Amino acid sequence: MKILAPFQKKKNENISSEVFSASRRDFLKVGGLLTGGLVLGVSFFSCNEKGKKIVTIAPNVYLQIGSDGKVTIVAHRSEMGQGIRTSLPLIVADELGADWKNVRIVQAEGDEKKYGNQNTDGSFSIRQFYKPMREAGAIARLLLIRAAAQQWKVPAEECDTEKGQVIHRNSGKKLEFGDLVEAAKSLPVPAVSEIKLKDNSRFNMIGKETPIVDLHDIVSGKAVFGIDAVTDGMKIAVVKRCPVVGGAVKSFDDTKARAIPGVIKVIAIKGPGLPATLRKPLSGVAVIAENTWAAIKARDLLEVEWDLGPNAGYDSAKQIEELKQEVTKNGTVRRKRGNFLAAKAAAKKVIDHTYVAPYLAHATLEPPTALAVVKNGNCEVWACTQNPQGAREAVAEALGFQADKVRVNITLLGGAFGRKSKPDFIVEAALLAKESGLPVKVQWTREDDIHHDYFHALSVQRIVATIDNQNKLSGWDHHIAYPSISATEDNAVVQPSDGELGLGATDFPYDVPAINVETHDAKAHLRIGWLRSVRNIPQAFAVATMLDEVAEARGVDPVANALELLGEDRNITFNEELVKTTYPNYGEDIANYPWEIARMKEVIRRVAKESGWGKEMPKGSGLGFAVHRSFLTYVACVVEVQVDANNKITIPNVYYAVDCGLPVNVDRIRSQFEGGAQFSASLALKSMITVKNGQVEQNNFDGYQIIRMPESPGQIHVHIVESAAKPTGVGEPPVPPFTPALCNAIYKATGKRIYTLPIDINA
Amino acid sequence: MAKYSIQVNGKKHEVDVLEDMPLLWVLRDIIGLKGTKFGCGKALCGACTVHLNDDAIRSCSYPISAVGDAKITTIEGLSEDGDHPLQQAWEKFVVPQCGYCQTGQIMNAAALLKRNAHPSAQEIEQAMQGNLCRCGTYNRIKAAISEVAGIPNAASK
Repeated sequence: MKILAPFQKKKNENISSEVFSASRRDFLKVGGLLTGGLVLGVSFFSCNEKGKKIVTIAPNVYLQIGSDGKVTIVAHRSEMGQGIRTSLPLIVADELGADWKNVRIVQAEGDEKKYGNQNTDGSFSIRQFYKPMREAGAIARLLLIRAAAQQWKVPAEECDTEKGQVIHRNSGKKLEFGDLVEAAKSLPVPAVSEIKLKDNSRFNMIGKETPIVDLHDIVSGKAVFGIDAVTDGMKIAVVKRCPVVGGAVKSFDDTKARAIPGVIKVIAIKGPGLPATLRKPLSGVAVIAENTWAAIKARDLLEVEWDLGPNAGYDSAKQIEELKQEVTKNGTVRRKRGNFLAAKAAAKKVIDHTYVAPYLAHATLEPPTALAVVKNGNCEVWACTQNPQGAREAVAEALGFQADKVRVNITLLGGAFGRKSKPDFIVEAALLAKESGLPVKVQWTREDDIHHDYFHALSVQRIVATIDNQNKLSGWDHHIAYPSISATEDNAVVQPSDGELGLGATDFPYDVPAINVETHDAKAHLRIGWLRSVRNIPQAFAVATMLDEVAEARGVDPVANALELLGEDRNITFNEELVKTTYPNYGEDIANYPWEIARMKEVIRRVAKESGWGKEMPKGSGLGFAVHRSFLTYVACVVEVQVDANNKITIPNVYYAVDCGLPVNVDRIRSQFEGGAQFSASLALKSMITVKNGQVEQNNFDGYQIIRMPESPGQIHVHIVESAAKPTGVGEPPVPPFTPALCNAIYKATGKRIYTLPIDINA
Repeated sequence: MAKYSIQVNGKKHEVDVLEDMPLLWVLRDIIGLKGTKFGCGKALCGACTVHLNDDAIRSCSYPISAVGDAKITTIEGLSEDGDHPLQQAWEKFVVPQCGYCQTGQIMNAAALLKRNAHPSAQEIEQAMQGNLCRCGTYNRIKAAISEVAGIPNAASK
């Protein structure tokens, strides 16, 4: 098995749905549904170009209407703060005409056969499930309407649904959904070809603001996260893991650890060595105790002798210095247009800079935690996982079980950002539960989390931009070096993958006559993973800050510069210029989700207007601009910054313009942008992981800092472009353009260009 | 191990635990009150904030042996039905994203308003700086506290 990065997976754009009347046996298998009522299984399938059904995916989402009128919708995606437990069900409810007050959400367990791909990352839940969710609601609506029409002896076309009732328009007669359940059960389920979707103008919820369904539970402390899962006889495990990736336990002495009251067992966990993989636990020694405190104390008293392995000499600062040299050489060409060397030779001006960004940790506020019970050849897990099926397979593999003997229950996730796509911590719980014969919850401490993350990789990039004697940007030469995510599965990989480059480097959209993108070797020495927007972070930082310098060198306003360089409104593909590959486009066919210059330009114009771009700014203040398309969503950002005499940075205002197609839950789009600005502010201003002797040097939130309230951006203004285009995700797209916009603003305020993250204007 | 009698949310609890066990783990593992969260274990993030009498404390770094007969209030005891004015304001502004840090944020804000009913924007920021939110809900937190405090929205700088 293999865990894939979100941008490596091929998505199924043409997902359609088919609704079937679920048997008692079917829905009894779905936890949380009540018995009785009308239960519809919504089966999604994809079609090939000829419209022929391919049964490669067959996920089902269950929809139940009880005779009490309560509507239950099964949420099959993981909730980590993006609001998906609200936003997907509301699509079904709106199309169905349900009364949202009577809708209950039940979380599905991880089961590929039932729900298809549940890996919740890559900002694609809304993108992939908007249409099938609407179809599911429409089919249920038609079924209820037919049941009512039959009773009233009127044509179904004269009926509609609203607020949990079927209404006969002509007579004003009404029937509650609950009262139609018995009649609806005896009718054949309509096919997708029979339904007509609501006109967008008739939406009550889509395009409006719906509070999240877990709101009251969260503010009253009742929400259940991974850390809150309990089962009878549960014990707590805390693990001392090898401080160097690829190392292993040589021997250990647990005498002192066992002296702590409450300690039950000490068990060694075998690690995979190298490659570390995206799914296996690290080598370590676990203490199982009656409670968390005893486990933590005893773990700290373990004396372990490690074989640290080949990464023991690794130094991240040294690697950065080496990569700075590397990017001055010729690399491997990944995209080529025109002749850069000729452009450079003819240039009036050459701008040449190197950009450095550090390792980052996810630092989800809920550290990784998972509970497992292994009994009679079965394993049941409760975990804060983004990827329940990956977890299921990884647990099955580690225990030597068939996947159907493993059940993965999904709790709320206390933050995820890509970290909780990896099931290593869940496998730890399962292995320890099996070995000890006890129900075991593995609890990571903050130090464990900071030391043993799947890190966002450090990066070194060099961009050379040339300006010709017509004052045009004539050449763009982008050199890139960073350890690839792929190296976590295969140590031989030393260059970025096409997928990683497609996140803001090879899809450089500007119409420059000569474009060259080259990559360089960079070996991985840590477990490299993906963090909210992945390689878009460093690549947008380098590209959009360099473009600001290009604008200045040309004597053109940065916004005007971007609009001019994007060129005419058209759709672009990059394909003929990419070497031995096609543009991955976030797993989507470029014909279905084109790269649209017009949409990019529209968000630029909108953000310029809303931010008052071009206005005179007081001394020590500045506005900075950046634009970036990621995960098929177009985002322009203007950051306002004030820098005082002590170089203290204040960010009073952030302006975003976003085109994410048809907006589904406007409040959650706003909240993702508000949070995305804060997330990006952390990495721009605060966060950095460094490694010495193969070991991470930071331990907790003192060494690895994230932004706190007093220094956090003030007002975050989110302007959503009105659109009826296919909806696209918003979890990740707010992050990439903020940091370069901030850097460009700092330049306006201070005259200092930023080439290294996190920002240090005293450097 | 030692026996302690502590008062949590108006109720007495007898516990027999290690003397240095932080209050957080007594609440979560021994008493079973899960609304108080573990984030860092070093009083750096505020997710574990509870009230000791009227003061906000970081329960992850507060040993059970130091509690004595002080009254402990957790999120479960802040209000009868989760309807403290701050909880209501949190709902009005739909503050939470993942929600993990929010009980700590609310407890910290409640202690602030108890000692200073009408804080300035700056006082809110200072009081709340020990509470991290990785999702970045700071602006809505400010809006919610400002609303209850009856001051202009503190998110404006």
